[in-house]
Amino acid sequence: MVTVMTDLETIARPKPVGGVEREVWELAATVLDPEVPVLTIEDLGVLRGVSVADDRVAVQITPTYSGCPAVDAMRDDIVSALHGGGYDDVTVSVVLAPAWTTDWMSEAGRDKLSEYGIAPPARREPGGAVRLGLGIQCPHCGSLHTREVSHFGSTSCKSLYVCQRCQEPFDHFKEH
Amino acid sequence: MIPNQRTATTALTPEAIVSSHTTAQAPVAEYALGLGDDALILAQRLGEWIANAPELEEDVALGNIGLDLLGHARSLLSYAGSAWGKSEDDLAYFRCEPEFRCRQLFEQPNGDFAQTIARQLIASVYFGELYRALQASDDPILAAIAAKAAKELAYHLDHSVQWLRRLGLGTEVSHERMQRGIDAMWPFVGELFSPDRYADAAPGIAVDPASLRDAFDALVPGLIADAGLEVPQVPFARGGGRDGIHSEALGPLLAEMQVLAREHPGASW
Repeated sequence: MVTVMTDLETIARPKPVGGVEREVWELAATVLDPEVPVLTIEDLGVLRGVSVADDRVAVQITPTYSGCPAVDAMRDDIVSALHGGGYDDVTVSVVLAPAWTTDWMSEAGRDKLSEYGIAPPARREPGGAVRLGLGIQCPHCGSLHTREVSHFGSTSCKSLYVCQRCQEPFDHFKEH
Repeated sequence: MIPNQRTATTALTPEAIVSSHTTAQAPVAEYALGLGDDALILAQRLGEWIANAPELEEDVALGNIGLDLLGHARSLLSYAGSAWGKSEDDLAYFRCEPEFRCRQLFEQPNGDFAQTIARQLIASVYFGELYRALQASDDPILAAIAAKAAKELAYHLDHSVQWLRRLGLGTEVSHERMQRGIDAMWPFVGELFSPDRYADAAPGIAVDPASLRDAFDALVPGLIADAGLEVPQVPFARGGGRDGIHSEALGPLLAEMQVLAREHPGASW
């Protein structure tokens, strides 16, 4: 089990082990998702890699969904974060393969989502049994007595729920 | 340069395709253009529902589905355009009606909500099967676009099936309108699986449309029957979308989609 989780973590966050590339990674990792501004692109698993050759920095990110309009904002934010760190020659490219999945979201990211009022995606056990959803937990009152209002929400990655106990509507970051 | 094997870092979004200087070989580009047009034109149609759907949640749902399709279209058109030195915008805004290759289903008017659901049902099953098969393409970029798209298509299908059942098994009026929607869209089913000369010209890369028919037939008639509805016995429309032959619906759609870019060429946000 531990091995499986470690492998998933390596895929989700391919951090360079050290040196200047690690510094660049840590800077890029401070950039927030403009649509869910408590999550960093590292929490999301959207930051896919960095490389440094001479003074040229290349950063790779992946979109959550094909049409995700936040990609352009993330790209600009990465460039400005790295400029702030003294890296002037920065290119950000976007990769689609392997396709992003919510399995890449960090545990810290899931906690931050809950605190922010968005129900986090359930984690699927890689290679293990499929976990059946018994209900999405209301991030306000913790009740499992909730109902999906619409599978499509304010952004591509969210669906819309309402809590049957506290009656509050909330977003759910849907498993993908 | 065509990458000759699938890698974990294939550059794929429109901007990445442009900046990586990856160019599609001509037969791949010709094929990708048709697929990109299918997604683009349906995305444009779905956009017409925004602020106009039966309820706010449906504005959002149809808008989200359209946005996914637009994402697919942007990747496919950027990749196609790389063969000819054209951008996604060149291809979307500065081609004329006979140069568009979308199959005729995708350009059909929204009609009422039920007709849109009927079109979405057919389109979602077709796209889902297409992208599932295209993941095995010898072209790594098409394979990666397909792998990403296939995950999204699962939501689109779920959305149309839920509404198909709700309307089909709902009231007498909703049932009748859902049946009418299916009747209106069914003539365009045959074309989806008819020969595509651009697919024929890219063996190993393209998916043969005829190969998707069995999966469609195994799924859709059953879904329609489960919703208490009938598969209409109607002749198929003449087709020809891939060859630039379109119904009267496409022209006005293009006029609306292209007017701004043509009035202000080169304008950007």
